[in-house]
Amino acid sequence: MAMTMHVDVVSAEESLFSGLAEFVVVPAEQGDIGIYPRHAPLMAALRPGSVRIQSPGQQEEILIYVSGGLLEIQPHTVSVLSDTAIRSHDLDEAQALAAKKQAEDLMSDRKAAMDYARAQVELAQAIAQLQAIQRLRKRTRG
Amino acid sequence: MASGREIRTKINSVKSTQKITKAMEMVAVSKMRKAQLRMQAGIPYWKRVRAVLRHLRYASTEYRHEFLVEREPVKAVGLIVITSDKGLCGGLNINVLRTVVKRMKQWRDAGVEVEVCAIGGKGLGFLQRVGAHIVSYLRGIGDSPHLERLTPALNVLFKDYTDGKIDQIHLCTSVFVNTMTQKPIVTQLVPIKDNADDIAAQLGIPTAEWLKGVVYEGEKQTEGHWDYIYEPNAPLIIDRLLRRAFESVLYQAVAEHIACENSARMVAMKAASENAQELIGELTLLYNKNRQAAITQELAEISAGAAAV
Repeated sequence: MAMTMHVDVVSAEESLFSGLAEFVVVPAEQGDIGIYPRHAPLMAALRPGSVRIQSPGQQEEILIYVSGGLLEIQPHTVSVLSDTAIRSHDLDEAQALAAKKQAEDLMSDRKAAMDYARAQVELAQAIAQLQAIQRLRKRTRG
Repeated sequence: MASGREIRTKINSVKSTQKITKAMEMVAVSKMRKAQLRMQAGIPYWKRVRAVLRHLRYASTEYRHEFLVEREPVKAVGLIVITSDKGLCGGLNINVLRTVVKRMKQWRDAGVEVEVCAIGGKGLGFLQRVGAHIVSYLRGIGDSPHLERLTPALNVLFKDYTDGKIDQIHLCTSVFVNTMTQKPIVTQLVPIKDNADDIAAQLGIPTAEWLKGVVYEGEKQTEGHWDYIYEPNAPLIIDRLLRRAFESVLYQAVAEHIACENSARMVAMKAASENAQELIGELTLLYNKNRQAAITQELAEISAGAAAV
């Protein structure tokens, strides 16, 4: 059997994943990090995106959307402390599209220059949510 | 012996008290469920935060955050005391405050000054009366903890720590064991230290049980001589982590306290309603005895009168 590690994805309200995994991909601020067991200790800030978890004996990867947070890696454990995390199944595409449009509108509006930074964050989150949905779609179709 | 009317008034007054205690019991039951759910919802995050802090505690990090460095000697400490705003919840607040007083006495005997941040009206009132040095307080937490309301009061202590006015921050709160039992404990928040053994001892449970879900089976902790890889850099990540960690720990403490408060109130009010029922029974018996005695006496008087004629 392949080596495994404990993976926990938690948000302030609930535990989204807790169990063993062979391989995990986490969206860090400076690019995605792929983690196999016995990784060196690492701490990273997260950007909005989806966490992919490969559980032992399972063909399909588990997808969890996170909107930022922190990642801690120990040789045999991976903890994702997410600000808000949603299972990709629960993501609503229409909602994400509306949020994206709203953020774009806000960014094109010169008057709201003050809110530019916030709008950018919102846009990044909406795009990441859409990507998670699309990835899930492709997988269920293919 | 009290007259019939007096006893009847008394019975009525006990009955109305019972109505109140019954109503409070019902309210506490429904609030308790919500409060327990809220407390349980926060547990996974809180446990992971504790796990990460535990790891961090054993790492020899290049960036020594001040919350990670022990200060010697300890001249002053900060104490966060969480109590409820309202009474009528059995011994919950009293137990917490007794622990606080005991701890404060230990510190005073050792020549350590104590600054207090009082969360909850009961603790505030009591600590004011005993003349504790209260630097900040918060009253009226309500039924759900709001972090943005908690932080201003707590930041006073964290700022004092950063300014070097205090060398440690402790937290005294109730731990929810089950609906019937809540236990007061004191834990050291800052500087972060591995106090699992201490907490487990205060709760009277094995250390392994306290660390359940925090440390996985067979997980070994390597001490010293290793550091994390940081992305993007150590100060940013550690600051962010610690902020989240304290938020989570304190939010969880308050959520747990609210769950404790409502279960303690439910139990106390249930006992009060039962006591009232018992009292009503006794008083009714007395009333009936009294009435019987009066009737017997009247009959005796009438028959005596008839005999005389």
